[in-house]
Amino acid sequence: MINIQEVLETNKMIEQENLDVRTITLGISLIDCIDSDLEVLKKNIYKKITNTAKDLVSTGQAIESQYGIPIVNKRISVTPIALVGGAACRTPEDFVELAKVLDQAAEKAGVNFLGGFSALVSKGMTKSDELLMHAIPRALAVTKRVCGSVNLGSSKTGIDMDAVKLMGEIIRQTAELTKEQDSLGCAKLVVFCNAPDDNPFMAGAFHGVTEADAVINVGVSGPGVVKTALSGVRGENFEVLCETIKKTAFKVTRVGQLVAQEASRRMGIPFGIIDLSLAPTPAVGDSVAEILEEIGLEYAGAPGTTAALALLNDQVKKGGVMASSYVGGLSGAFIPVSEDQGMIDAVQAGALTLEKLEAMTCVCSVGLDMIAIPGDTSPSTISGIIADEMAIGMVNQKTTAVRVIPVIGKTVGDMVEFGGLLGYAPVMPVNPYSCEAFVSRGGRIPAPIHSFKN
Amino acid sequence: MKKFIITVVGHDAVGIIARVCTYLAENSVNILDISQTIVDGYFNMMMIVDAGNVEDVTKMSDELSGLGEEIGVIIRCQHEDIFNMMHRV
Repeated sequence: MINIQEVLETNKMIEQENLDVRTITLGISLIDCIDSDLEVLKKNIYKKITNTAKDLVSTGQAIESQYGIPIVNKRISVTPIALVGGAACRTPEDFVELAKVLDQAAEKAGVNFLGGFSALVSKGMTKSDELLMHAIPRALAVTKRVCGSVNLGSSKTGIDMDAVKLMGEIIRQTAELTKEQDSLGCAKLVVFCNAPDDNPFMAGAFHGVTEADAVINVGVSGPGVVKTALSGVRGENFEVLCETIKKTAFKVTRVGQLVAQEASRRMGIPFGIIDLSLAPTPAVGDSVAEILEEIGLEYAGAPGTTAALALLNDQVKKGGVMASSYVGGLSGAFIPVSEDQGMIDAVQAGALTLEKLEAMTCVCSVGLDMIAIPGDTSPSTISGIIADEMAIGMVNQKTTAVRVIPVIGKTVGDMVEFGGLLGYAPVMPVNPYSCEAFVSRGGRIPAPIHSFKN
Repeated sequence: MKKFIITVVGHDAVGIIARVCTYLAENSVNILDISQTIVDGYFNMMMIVDAGNVEDVTKMSDELSGLGEEIGVIIRCQHEDIFNMMHRV
């Protein structure tokens, strides 16, 4: 039987260490909505999403109440819209119309974000993919809840450099169109290499074509719990350190597993995966950087940071894998800058640079995330940053991503306020030298030699 | 059987257990086990209860937390599975 100490430990994690389930994300396939008539397509999409997700928010709230665990976000991901809209959309403006419908459906369902305004172009772009990518700046400017993503490369296909070049321009345009809100549009846009089909976290969530009609994916969190556990083993060796992270990750993930099973049962929708990520928020004590500090670094970014992050990421996976029947998504430690108070402090102290963050992305679960850069950064430089990150993912057979925000009208040292979970960030310097000639070559980078395993 | 864990945390005072038990009795909730401890000077009580006769558990949870506000303590009511999942393999 459960004893009082165990009950108190769990409740302390929830009340004092910010333990929560970060998101229940309902993946919905829109393949059966496809029609060559735009108006019919719009109706189909709205109907499918609002019908499938009608109980999502109320179910989430009921589970919160039953177990006393906060479920911070209820969200929706849909089939990449470039696939869904291909038959009906003739112009980027047609795709913007679809984004508006997605926004309305998300509002009706009561979710704060809907992901899937996406294109998968790791080897090449169809006409529809290109139209969607050109629609992204307007789509993200005129909607509140829609998130966009583009998969630009994979370990199997190489990197589509034409698309990388285009996305550098699209990110700049997105920044321009939302410059009144500190270029907020870019916070809802992410580019990937090796994008997972079942990621529940925004902005990169979409419902992959390999998935069932509807599926429940759950993202757990808990940096504060790991940090507190580590504060109890200061000065101990790496074995003790790693065991502590593993045990804590296990406990955190078990809560996610429980919530996912219960949501699946109540809604009659299959359980997909648990994404066992350490996802920070701007709240004090909910920071991945603070874990790195607890491991023994003065600031995130100090020498040793990549090694510390590598072990953290690995132990989180090892502890979490046993706690859940299906693990997927991104699963690891996130290192966003604006959403993590410890990262923000590290940047302001001069400890953390863009180049160090790039090194850290080799061993973390995703990539360069929520980084504010000067508004006058050229599209080709943004493409260069993307290309570097895609190469890391391609060669290391891992997911990598870029979500940078060129904040129009701001420069190095200025602060940018995104609000809510997106947090705030100091604008970071970018290497000033040009990669224009490299980015403009055209074509694609071939897949690496170790992808040929057949 | 629907097992729930009720926890009460706060400054010790006369009648806390009586008030909680009265509420549970009035709502046909059977108490299976009670334990208590003092942590950092705070009174901590845990009850394992069977809420098999309660139709709306959310309502019970809200009412208990309201009762806690009246007495000046924090009362939580959680399904036992969150603790089983976290602490048992």
